[in-house]
Amino acid sequence: MGELSAGEPVIATRALTKRYRGGQLAVDGLDLTVPAGSVFGFLGPNGSGKTTTIRMLMGLIESTSGTATVLGQPMPRATRAVLPHVGALIEGPALYGFLSGRDNLIRYDSADPAADPRTRKARVAAALDRVGLTAAAGKKAKAYSLGMKQRLGLAAALLQPRRLLVLDEPTNGLDPQGMREIRTLIRELASDGTTVFLSSHLLDEIEQVCTHAAVMTQGRLITQGAVAELSAGARGRLVVTTPDPSEAARVLKEQGVGDVVVTDDRVTGEPPDRDLADVNAALVTAGVRVRGFTVERASLEDAFVALTGEGFDVAG
Amino acid sequence: MSLAENAGAVRPVSPLWTFGLLRSELTTTFRRWRTLALLAVLAGVPVLVGIAVKMETSDGSSPGGGGGGGPAFISQITNNGLFLVFTALAATLPFFLPMAIGVVAGDAIAGESNAGTLRYLLVAPAGRSRLLLTKYATVVIFCLAATLVVAVSALTVGALLFPLGDLTTISGTQISFAEGLGRALLIALAVAASLIGVAALGLFVSTLTGSGIAAMATTVGLLITVQILDQIPQLHALQPYFFSHYWLSFADLMREPVYWDDLAKNLGLQALYAAVFGSAAWARFTTKDITA
Repeated sequence: MGELSAGEPVIATRALTKRYRGGQLAVDGLDLTVPAGSVFGFLGPNGSGKTTTIRMLMGLIESTSGTATVLGQPMPRATRAVLPHVGALIEGPALYGFLSGRDNLIRYDSADPAADPRTRKARVAAALDRVGLTAAAGKKAKAYSLGMKQRLGLAAALLQPRRLLVLDEPTNGLDPQGMREIRTLIRELASDGTTVFLSSHLLDEIEQVCTHAAVMTQGRLITQGAVAELSAGARGRLVVTTPDPSEAARVLKEQGVGDVVVTDDRVTGEPPDRDLADVNAALVTAGVRVRGFTVERASLEDAFVALTGEGFDVAG
Repeated sequence: MSLAENAGAVRPVSPLWTFGLLRSELTTTFRRWRTLALLAVLAGVPVLVGIAVKMETSDGSSPGGGGGGGPAFISQITNNGLFLVFTALAATLPFFLPMAIGVVAGDAIAGESNAGTLRYLLVAPAGRSRLLLTKYATVVIFCLAATLVVAVSALTVGALLFPLGDLTTISGTQISFAEGLGRALLIALAVAASLIGVAALGLFVSTLTGSGIAAMATTVGLLITVQILDQIPQLHALQPYFFSHYWLSFADLMREPVYWDDLAKNLGLQALYAAVFGSAAWARFTTKDITA
């Protein structure tokens, strides 16, 4: 297949829509653009249409209307040309429990007609090594923990050098150490030039590894763009913890803090433009006993809540 | 190394690599404990029949009590162990063999769908038509393997328990033991071919559901239903179209000369089932939304 021309997105959808047979609108007019070389975070609550979108991009389900191109070619028409260049982890790993971890990878690799059988063993061993499963490669997959299954699923996506990796909730079921390892792996792959499309409901995960993000809710795309721009929309908040909240609120207002909110022993507000050390000094001078004084950084979560006006609950 | 340099560039793809999936499918199927258990049950049937005949005739009486009961050829086993092959195939063809095929064919797509492995095979990308063809080829190979297991087990048991030698055909003529062996192989092939229709039916059912168990149960249920309907005289007009109607025609290979009419009808019927249900399975599977 031809190379992408410069600036052409790796994934592009136009008015992509999926209505299931029951009439439920799962994805509604999606216009998604994933730039080449990005680590693209695909965010949304459970049931927002993320997985349906990924399945349409991978040619597993057919769209009701609209178009999708992956690596510059139309899907699902070009699955045979496109998918050998794409590694995917969709809705968790699925394995043959009666086969060993290694044999599972051999089976998935055999399914790809573009995979060279002469290098199969070496590529399987390299993929196992990359996700830290070499020691458990001979064990039957049904004896694997959820985290090990997740790693094996990732290994299947890494059997060949890929131009695009689609990872649906890749750190699901992993312990904190495992999550760190996977994030490091994603950064490594991205630095090799692989575009990574990462769906997650963990906002800090997206914030830590992604350069770009899109937010979906109830089948619609609310926003997409560079992560820095998205979270810049929401500013950080000054948080003062004190046993004297009402006095603290009065002093903070005097000091130019906007939108002061008191909840129990926490007083929060929008930080003023002046040096915060002076604000703290003013509190102490006024006799307010200060336990804590911090600025909570604006997170993607703040941006998300600001955008959707809702928390991260399951969509009805 | 040029190999490393080539990895990122255009990779030349050999058309032969496409058969890697068939090889993987065969090893996966035949390494399953379930497949081996089915084959073990099939291998056990001739052992049971052989021992039963041996015990019943140890006092010199003829098996079946002279009433002509039991599967075809059973009364001849004591004279010639080779007849155990024909008897065992006649005994397993109505139920054990097609049931085993129904389990393997019914599970072919639905089982992968149930385990979620289907989506990973398809994004590999296995290709829907290629995957379906590979699955069907594997089921047909399993038909042959299952039939040969019955035949080989029967031949072994027959040789151990009974004398071997020249045999008498249904027409009353004598043929040599070597030719008898050749006929036995032909009969095994005819029996394996008789199962092609059930295999296609099972594969079609397998594309309809996401549950392997449901697909297996439906296929085996259809098998039993058709066999019952084939016994009802009022359905006389429909019966030639039941996939099991000409199954026992393999006995005609033991005539001298061989009577080909029913054998040919059987093969034609199996081909018809393979074409109809194979197309239906293809139409269904290539347009299906894979949501599991």
